[in-house]
Amino acid sequence: MMELIKPGTNLDFVGKIKYAVVFSAVLILISIGSVIYHGGLNPGIDFAGGSIIQVKFSQNVSADQIRAALKDTKLHNSIIQQFGEKEFLIRTAESFSSQEMLATNVEKPLTAAFSQNYEIRRIEVVGSKVGADFKRKAVVAVILSWMAMLIYVGWRFEFRYALGGILALVHDVIITIGAISIMNMEFTITILAALIFIIGFSINDTIVTLDRIKENVKLNLKKRLSDIINVSINQTLSRTVLTSLTVFLTVLALYIFGGAVIHDFAFALLVGVVIGTYSSIYIACTIVLLFKNLRIAKTKRG
Amino acid sequence: MIQSLKIRVAIFLTVALGTLYFLLPTFVSNIPAPWDKYLPKDKIHLGLDLQGGSHLVLEIDTAKALETMLERMSAELKETLMDNKVRFRNLEKTADTAIVLELTEAADKSVLENVLRDHYPDLEIASTSPRQDSQLVTLKFNERRAHELKKLTMEHSLETIRNRVDQFGITEPEIVPQGEDRILIQLPGIKDPERAKNLIGKTALLEFKLVDDENSLEEALRGNIPDGDIIAYGLRADRTTGERGSTPYLLKNKALLTGASLETAKVQISDRFGEPSVSLKFNSQGAADFERITGENVRKRLAIVLDGVVHSAPVIQERIAGGHAQITGNFTLDEARDLAIVLRAGALPAPVNILEERTVGPSLGSDSIRQGIMATIIGSVFVILFMILYYRLSGAVADLALILNIFLVLGILAAFRATLTLPGIAGLLLTVGVAVDANILIFERIREELRTGKTIRLAVETGYSRAFLTIIDTHVTGIVAAAFLIMFGTGPIKGFAVTTIIGLLASLFTAIFVTRIIFDYVIWNFNIKKLSI
Repeated sequence: MMELIKPGTNLDFVGKIKYAVVFSAVLILISIGSVIYHGGLNPGIDFAGGSIIQVKFSQNVSADQIRAALKDTKLHNSIIQQFGEKEFLIRTAESFSSQEMLATNVEKPLTAAFSQNYEIRRIEVVGSKVGADFKRKAVVAVILSWMAMLIYVGWRFEFRYALGGILALVHDVIITIGAISIMNMEFTITILAALIFIIGFSINDTIVTLDRIKENVKLNLKKRLSDIINVSINQTLSRTVLTSLTVFLTVLALYIFGGAVIHDFAFALLVGVVIGTYSSIYIACTIVLLFKNLRIAKTKRG
Repeated sequence: MIQSLKIRVAIFLTVALGTLYFLLPTFVSNIPAPWDKYLPKDKIHLGLDLQGGSHLVLEIDTAKALETMLERMSAELKETLMDNKVRFRNLEKTADTAIVLELTEAADKSVLENVLRDHYPDLEIASTSPRQDSQLVTLKFNERRAHELKKLTMEHSLETIRNRVDQFGITEPEIVPQGEDRILIQLPGIKDPERAKNLIGKTALLEFKLVDDENSLEEALRGNIPDGDIIAYGLRADRTTGERGSTPYLLKNKALLTGASLETAKVQISDRFGEPSVSLKFNSQGAADFERITGENVRKRLAIVLDGVVHSAPVIQERIAGGHAQITGNFTLDEARDLAIVLRAGALPAPVNILEERTVGPSLGSDSIRQGIMATIIGSVFVILFMILYYRLSGAVADLALILNIFLVLGILAAFRATLTLPGIAGLLLTVGVAVDANILIFERIREELRTGKTIRLAVETGYSRAFLTIIDTHVTGIVAAAFLIMFGTGPIKGFAVTTIIGLLASLFTAIFVTRIIFDYVIWNFNIKKLSI
């Protein structure tokens, strides 16, 4: 039998809570710091409005050559970034939804510089109105999914369990956003989809551990909660690690082989899966314990 | 859990065969007769990001439509009031969709009210305020009616755009209203997105207006436009240089005839130069009007105005009967063809703005499919190997369920004609990772039970039942989270949400139900000493 975590393993998770709290606090501070340092998130056109033009060349070209070709157009201030082999993204705040705009600012100058050796493979234009709509919907979607998890876990378990689970989710979302910010990736709808997936995934580990805690509380009414939590984490540890490993493997395949279009999405998932696993072990259980202690303290005083 | 293995196997076979039935067209491109008759025709529907195409979100400027309506009404109202001998001055349409006028006789107010009631039920008096020697009356659309008109404008636009896209010949376009004033358009596999956009967004308001040759154009260009006249420009492309210049015309503002009176429009190629033009045929009322108009205005010039641009302004030589007319101009064949389409489909009742556009070329789409499939296969192989390595034969059972899960998701997508997008493929791969979680939960539980010394049969039973609730919990939360993404409405992300939800539902079936059949069958029929787990 192959076993990553030997049965009877009893790592002292609860005893190391202090370090976990410090570790998480540091990660959150770095995340928030990075977002502030970059002057907020770097919103993609989905949220900010603007245009993306993806061009593939048949020969090797550099971003500087393209920039030079577009020097006298409305795209002179655009962001040009390599996107896979011989392929570039041109991003601008201007709307390129008219034939003439595209012809005079992209096709003519590119043809002049590179003759016919290029192909426009993708055009995305999002008006500022739609962008603002998406922004509002994005915030609503994240908050609603937190709430939904809070209600579901609260209904299945207890409110303090639910609160632990949700704070773990908030923790995961903040740190994943921080990672995106540090990498200076664009925040797009696809990244949002990744965040929501992480919320759905990260709560899983939490639920599995909470389920075990609940079961063990019933079995050992006399034991201290911190001991029960520790035993429960250890009992579910191999499942937590295994599942995270399989999901991590699939996301890794996506990150390596999925192509440039889905690269950032896969990156956000990679970070989220790792952080989500860690947080359901530490953050969720810590908060359950914290609430218990608070309650005891209160009763003592009263 | 159903006890009878036979019934469970029957359920499993039904699902498996159903999946096969819906997936065959996707994987076998040429199904030989007579089998093709009994199988569904549709392959899995690919999103625009995979097959290439355009996704557009249009906004219908319904407020503008109301304003145009009000403008026309204000001109009519002027005449009606004069007919009813109401004394008024300074009747005009203001910028904030209202008509204001000054009544000079207080007694006329009741006449105005009567006129509104009898002829303009859409308008109501919003306010009256006394002036020195008159009273200022503000007229507005009544609220309910304005709302209705906006709705009608939206419906009319939707229909017009549907007509245009149908006639343009795009297979399986999707045109659906979104909210109060938006239209979502999906044009799969389109080769010339620019042309399609032009075709969809063009107002295509065709008007016939008389050229005012009695007043001086020069004077009007200096700013003294005679009452009831407007200046419009005609585009004129120079054949040799290709440069476009514009010629001003002084026109009578009143449209004598519009595109609404057309029966049909088609492209015609003139014999002499092979130049395309668009020939128009009026309906019977339009033909009668055209005959009367041309008869009354012989020797005058009649301008053909499309969306405010003068296309030509020929001199009327004689009364024209029969109801035929022709628009010439420097058209390319495609331009002429598109113009004929929009004239046939009718004018849009309101201007259209493109709010969002996402166009993916076919080459990028096929790259994405290739990479998506590649990632899915490699990711799945990782997981499959890992499960066998870790759980031995039990892992292989989970792997069977996993593979079934992938096909089941694809089958459900095909059966419900849901769309597979690139994030959708990612979602499929992620459900692979999550689907084995159910089996990991069960297997870990079985291992624990075995360690406590339970028999294999009891351990398996307890493992499944103890893990069951947890598995339901994890699936519910995943489905709920994905459901929040559906509200974004944009194709790719919706695809991700839909595939994830289907994948989670399917994994409940494959990871719990199907694997249990195999375990039960083996344990009940063979005397197993040691479970390979």
